[in-house]
Amino acid sequence: MHIIESGNVAAATGVKLSRAQVIAAYPITPQTPLTEKLSEFVESGQLEAQYIPVESEHSAMAVCIAASTAGTRAFTATSANGLLYMNEQLHWAVGARLPIVMCVANRGIGAPWTVWNDHQDSMAQRDVGWIQLYANDHQQIIDTVIKAFRLAQTVSIPVMVCYDGYLLSHTYMPFDRPEQSEVDSFLPAFAPKHFLDPDNPGNFNTVTLPDVRPGVDGVLEPGYIEIRHNLHQDLRAALTSYEEIDRDFEKQFGRGGTPFVEEYRCDDARFVAVAIGSLSYQLRDVIDTMREDGIAIGVMGVQMYRPFPDEAIARALAGKECVVVLEKALSYGNQGPLYGDIKSALYRLEERPVVHNYILGLGGREIKTQQLLEALTESCTKPQAIEDTPRWIGLKLQE
Amino acid sequence: MVKSNYCKMISRSKPGPGDGGNTGSWRVMRPIINLDKCIPVKTGKKACFNCWLYCPDCVVTKTIPPTIDLSFCKGCGICAEECPADAIEMVDEASQTAKEK
Repeated sequence: MHIIESGNVAAATGVKLSRAQVIAAYPITPQTPLTEKLSEFVESGQLEAQYIPVESEHSAMAVCIAASTAGTRAFTATSANGLLYMNEQLHWAVGARLPIVMCVANRGIGAPWTVWNDHQDSMAQRDVGWIQLYANDHQQIIDTVIKAFRLAQTVSIPVMVCYDGYLLSHTYMPFDRPEQSEVDSFLPAFAPKHFLDPDNPGNFNTVTLPDVRPGVDGVLEPGYIEIRHNLHQDLRAALTSYEEIDRDFEKQFGRGGTPFVEEYRCDDARFVAVAIGSLSYQLRDVIDTMREDGIAIGVMGVQMYRPFPDEAIARALAGKECVVVLEKALSYGNQGPLYGDIKSALYRLEERPVVHNYILGLGGREIKTQQLLEALTESCTKPQAIEDTPRWIGLKLQE
Repeated sequence: MVKSNYCKMISRSKPGPGDGGNTGSWRVMRPIINLDKCIPVKTGKKACFNCWLYCPDCVVTKTIPPTIDLSFCKGCGICAEECPADAIEMVDEASQTAKEK
């Protein structure tokens, strides 16, 4: 059924349809309406779950870790500094291989204090080992949340579903709300391999020595490096599993088919703009304008950032003349994180496109379509000029 | 590659003595029970056992006399602190190992 609602409500509805069993969250702008909606669902009996209020984000993730270890489907959500406060527990959740799902309504990070959108919060978490999916609109938010629960429990790795704070979290858009029965047949009940079981007691994640060693029963147990190697291998394999899950989703709901990147007018393009989140949809307007002026340009939205779909990206960008990566995040003192990853994905090609990097929109600075048009025109006119990387869009520096 | 056997490796072990390694090797102070002062030994009754109750590593037995498994005792000294009869003394581990040699 089509409804008109905010992005946060789209996320909450996805969580409800996925039948999360334990929800623990601490409110933070711009995620707050999502957790409020979920507490409404639980209070009114529409969602049969334990809603556990906590005193911090660190505790929220600790509760999810405990709930997931006990064998239940756990969910939380946060933004910005709340996500950073959770950091230590994020590492724990993934090392323990717990299929927790978390929404991140993307927001800039203080200092200086900001509540507006950019991608620095989740980008700063790219190396913890969580799977990161990004939604570009409200439909993708609800769909991605449902797919995220299935992916998490398939690969035993937690998943972040990220979407732009305010731009998506607080705006209202029409989207299709799947039927409960359809979601139930797409998302089987959570049946964990390892969980807290009084009939089969075990120690989880106690001190694990540098080398392999026999346990009390004489069976050889892996050391730390083996366990972490297994996580990395599973993350790489998760690319294939997510492709399959996305295909199943498309079969059932008629939406999907672009698990890694979403291309727009890229087929015959010489130039491709690359972005994450709602910016990739805003860029479509710019691309349409430039196409009218005869410039062969397309746009590619990156929807899965970790594990990094490097092969899919290299395939999509092979043969292009220039790739322009526009980012709302920065690896300070170096370059945009996506820019670095894309360059490394393209390294395998014999003929490599030139790659440009633009930083924009930090702390919610409005991104004007005219500015995007000027930047992309500059890159398409002088693709060989890359001396000043990254370049910035919309800076108002006083001379 | 389609993979179906995810999460083959996690840190999950069977609980039991020695699961955390040979923790007795960490000890710098060793608890020694003075049986003349120990309440269950003196009274011949299964009484007190504060050492058994408070030991965080469960290496003290609830027997007459109580015994301490030195393979896993880390020498924290909680038993000595809790003993109401002051029957447990913490002594330098090095002096004891020297004596044993």
